[in-house]
Formats: sequence, structure tokens, C-alpha cells
Amino acid sequence: MTKREQRTYQQDIVGDGISSIQKVREPRREESGQGIRYLLIGICVLFLFVMLVLPLIVVITNALRDGWAAYREAVFDEYTVKALQLTLLAAAAAVAVNTIFGVFASYLLSKFYFRGRQILAALIDIPFSISPVIAGLVFILTFGNVGWMGDFLKAHGIKIVFAVPGVILATIFVTFPFVFRELFPVMNAQGKDEEEAAALMGAGGFTIFRRITFPHIKWALLYGVILCAARALGEFGAVSVISGHLRGKTNTLPLHVEILYNEFNTTAAFAVSSVLVVLAVLILIARNVVEKFSRAKE
Amino acid sequence: MEQQIIKVKNKRGVKVIPGFKLSLGVTLSMLGILVLIPLASVLISASQLSFAEFISVVTSRQVMSGYVVSISCAFLAALVNAVFGLLITWVLVRYDFPGKRLMDGLIELPFALPTSVAGISLTYLYSDKGWIGALFAEAGIRIAYTRTGITIAMVFVGIPFVVRAVQPVLEKLDRQYEEAAEMLGAGRIYTFFHVVLPELFPALLAGFGLAFARGIGEYGSVVFIAGNIPNKTQIAPLLIMTKLEQYKYSDATAIALVLLVVSFLLMLFINSVQLYMQRFSRG
Repeated sequence: MTKREQRTYQQDIVGDGISSIQKVREPRREESGQGIRYLLIGICVLFLFVMLVLPLIVVITNALRDGWAAYREAVFDEYTVKALQLTLLAAAAAVAVNTIFGVFASYLLSKFYFRGRQILAALIDIPFSISPVIAGLVFILTFGNVGWMGDFLKAHGIKIVFAVPGVILATIFVTFPFVFRELFPVMNAQGKDEEEAAALMGAGGFTIFRRITFPHIKWALLYGVILCAARALGEFGAVSVISGHLRGKTNTLPLHVEILYNEFNTTAAFAVSSVLVVLAVLILIARNVVEKFSRAKE
Repeated sequence: MEQQIIKVKNKRGVKVIPGFKLSLGVTLSMLGILVLIPLASVLISASQLSFAEFISVVTSRQVMSGYVVSISCAFLAALVNAVFGLLITWVLVRYDFPGKRLMDGLIELPFALPTSVAGISLTYLYSDKGWIGALFAEAGIRIAYTRTGITIAMVFVGIPFVVRAVQPVLEKLDRQYEEAAEMLGAGRIYTFFHVVLPELFPALLAGFGLAFARGIGEYGSVVFIAGNIPNKTQIAPLLIMTKLEQYKYSDATAIALVLLVVSFLLMLFINSVQLYMQRFSRG
């Protein structure tokens, strides 16, 4: 307490008591509160600017440093376009498979109680916690030449490792729990009373899902799809292990960035990166729009 | 009719809602084909290794240093993320300021940005000629191609985990407790550490664990900035990659097995923390 405040305090004790004590205390606290507040906000802004925004600015400035012509050449390069196509294909496959799985699995785990429910939930989360490199490795050990299915696949002329199916499988693997993780808490919180009522009144399984379960989960589903797509578009480690880096064949966009960078073709690497940055920003915007809508509906 | 309903309900409600068999079938078969069978291949492949071989691969100098680099840098990065993540969550939940929505939306960027893009961008930024790297290079501190660089890349990928774990808990936290504490004469800092932090701690720990696990397994964003100097800045996932490129599949499996065990233990830890949280909030 400063000298001046102390004096006021003592005066007030003589004077009208409690209310003026508050009068003295309130502004002091507010002042220091404001100071801390700006300090904390400042630290956060600085941290996020250095950690998140600066890398984006680096990508954009480096992509454009040799001018528009070089940028366009890198972005519309034949291999870049092919890599983009494969990336989109893998992401679409991952989203489709994981949405089907997410809906069935969260329906199963939230509407029915059975033994091993917890274990099943834990198993679904596995791909979330393991290194992407290991995710790629498991497919090599399954379908590759050394894998136990390798001989069978070779005999039938099916190629999975170092081919497009491998890239797709690895992408599905790393994004496997994403839709489930978004849907399950929502379905679980909703409980199963409404479904039970509908079932007792004679509704069939599909009708129950379409008319009762689905309206509750549509925003969460969209949210999960967006997260799944984001991760699928950007997956690098797992795909890197299994793709074999065949240009124009099994190269996804994130892998193409690596190849260009390792060839010291830095400008082109950043130009291709800028395409991915744009995709990432679009996904973030979509995520925020969906979140805003779902909150508004609640 | 009434009796019928009661009968059905007695079977723990399993039969009331249709679709149990279908959803169980779809869930188990997809999980089995896409995740469990491929994962089992690691165990099959590992079982072909003799124990002595396994130990000699895993304890070789290069591999041990890979584990040490991955785990120590990921631990440090998760600590940094725990501190800044808590701060960012606090600012996002408790304060109003222009650009708050933008800040909130930006948190997931490391999630949406491909790790290879993050990797080359961070490497450029922190190399001796980069915008930030040059500042530190003048002071004689090198960031890129050292463990500092690895840690920074791991901080980058871990940012969303702590924030998104703590945010919902802080949002639900009733401010009455803080007001009560302050009324009773506790200072701001005392209130934060004795009233707020204990409530947030399980969520913070879960976020820390997730960021830690992600850091240990991280490959894409780290591999460029690490420089991959043997025994110094080689991370464990890179060693798996290198062994695969040399067609040493059994070595790669052995290294992967240890990493798998580490991440399983971490997940077990996180799950028990979350279970504790659920009980805590219910009771």
C-alpha cells in the first residue's frame, strides 16, 4: 500500500467505514489487473506470432522470391499436379473410410453396453499415439517383400507397398480415430433414451439413426471430417515410409516438398508448400465456421 | 405389452435399440483389417528376432542416442507447451481483446499444416541466415541442426494439445471459488496456484502427455531442422527410416518396438489421468 492510500484508509476509518474502504481498494486492484492482463496477452501474441505466423510468412515470401513466373512454373509443374491429385485421392479415401468407421464405432460404443467396451475404445485410439514412421513400417512389415502377406501378394501380382494402395492405407491408418473421437463424446452425452423410445415405438435401425441420432451429431460429424481431411492432406511420415518416392506415381504433395528441398530447389519447395499453406488456412477457416454454427445451434 | 417391455429392458437394454450386431461387425472388421492386423505384423516380425539380437540393436550407441534425443527434446518441448499452453488458454478464456477469435483459430495450425512444410519453414527461419537464426548466430548460438532446433520443432507440433485439453475445463470452472478466495484475502498469485491450478492440473497433465507422445514420434517437422548428425541430432523415428532404407527390417522393427512400448505407457498414463478426471468431476 502506498503512503497516500494508507492515509485515505485511515481517514475513512474515522469517516464512513466499509464502503469507502472498498473505494480505495477497487481501483488499485483493477490497475494491477490491467497491467498483468496486457502483459499476458502480449506474451501470448508474441509466442504465437513467432511460433505459428512467422513460419507461414517464411513460406509465402520464399515462394515468391524469384517472381511470379518461377512460382507458377513450380506450382503448375506436371509432378506437382500429379502429387496434388494423389494427395486429394488419399485424403478423400481416408475421410470416406474413417467417417463410416467413426459413425458405426461411436454408435456401438455409446448406445450399447457390453464387455470390453473400454478396451475397444482404447484400441481405436492406437493410431493417434504412435509415430507416423511406425504407421508406415507396419504396412511394410505386412504387405512388403518381408511381410507375411508379401509372397501371397507377389503371386497374385498385387502391389501395395511403394504403390498407391499403400499410400492410401497409411493415410487411413494415421487418421483412423479422428471422426470417432469427435462423434463419440457427443453421442455419449446424448445418451440412448431417445433411441430406446423410438425403437419401442417400432422404428427400424436406419430410421432411428437418420431421424434421431443424426440430427444430434451432424455438426460434430462435419467437424471430425474436417480434422480428418486436414491431417490426411498433410500426412508425411507414414506416407514417406511406404511410398518409395516415385515421382508422378506415389508422390504426395508433402513428399514432393521434401524431394524439391533435398534437391536444393528451395524456391520450388516453398512454392509447393504455399499451396499446402493455402489448403491448411482454408481448413482452419472451415473449422471455425463449423464451430461457430454448432455453438449457435446449441 | 408392459411385461414385454420390462423383459426387454432386463437384458441391460442391449436388445432395445437395433443395429448392435451390424455396428459391432463393421467396427471390429474395419478396426481389425486397417489397424490391428498391420500392427500385429510388428509383433510377428519382432518374434523372429532373438532376444540377444534385439538387445544388441536397441542398445547400440546410435540407437540409444536416438532415444535420448527424441525423449529428452520431446519432454522439454512438452514442458514449454504446458507453460505457454496454460497461458494461452487463460488469455483465450478469461480475457476479451480484438483478434481473440483469430488467435483461437490459429491454435490448430500445426495440425492442419503438413509437417514437411513446417519442417522446411522452421529450418529456414532458424538457420544461421534465417530471420531468427541470424539474431542468435550473432550471439554465437546455433539453433538449426542442434537439439535446440529439434525442441523448437516439437514445440510447434505440440501447441494445440495443451490448449485444447485445458480450454474446456477452464471454461467450466466456476469463478465463485476464485472470488471466495480473494474475499478471504488471498492474493492473485496465491489464488491461481492454490485454487485454479489444482482444478486444471489433470487436464494440463493429459495435454502434456499428448504433446510429449506426439514429440517422441514426430518425424516430418523435426527431420529437416535436426540436421541428422549421427549420435548427436538423430531422432529415433529417423533411425527407423534409415534402417528401412538399408533394408534392415529387423533392426527397424526392434527400434520401433521400444518406441511403441513407450507410447503405450504414455497413453496408459493419459487414460488413467482422464479416468481420474471423470470420477473427480462426477464425485
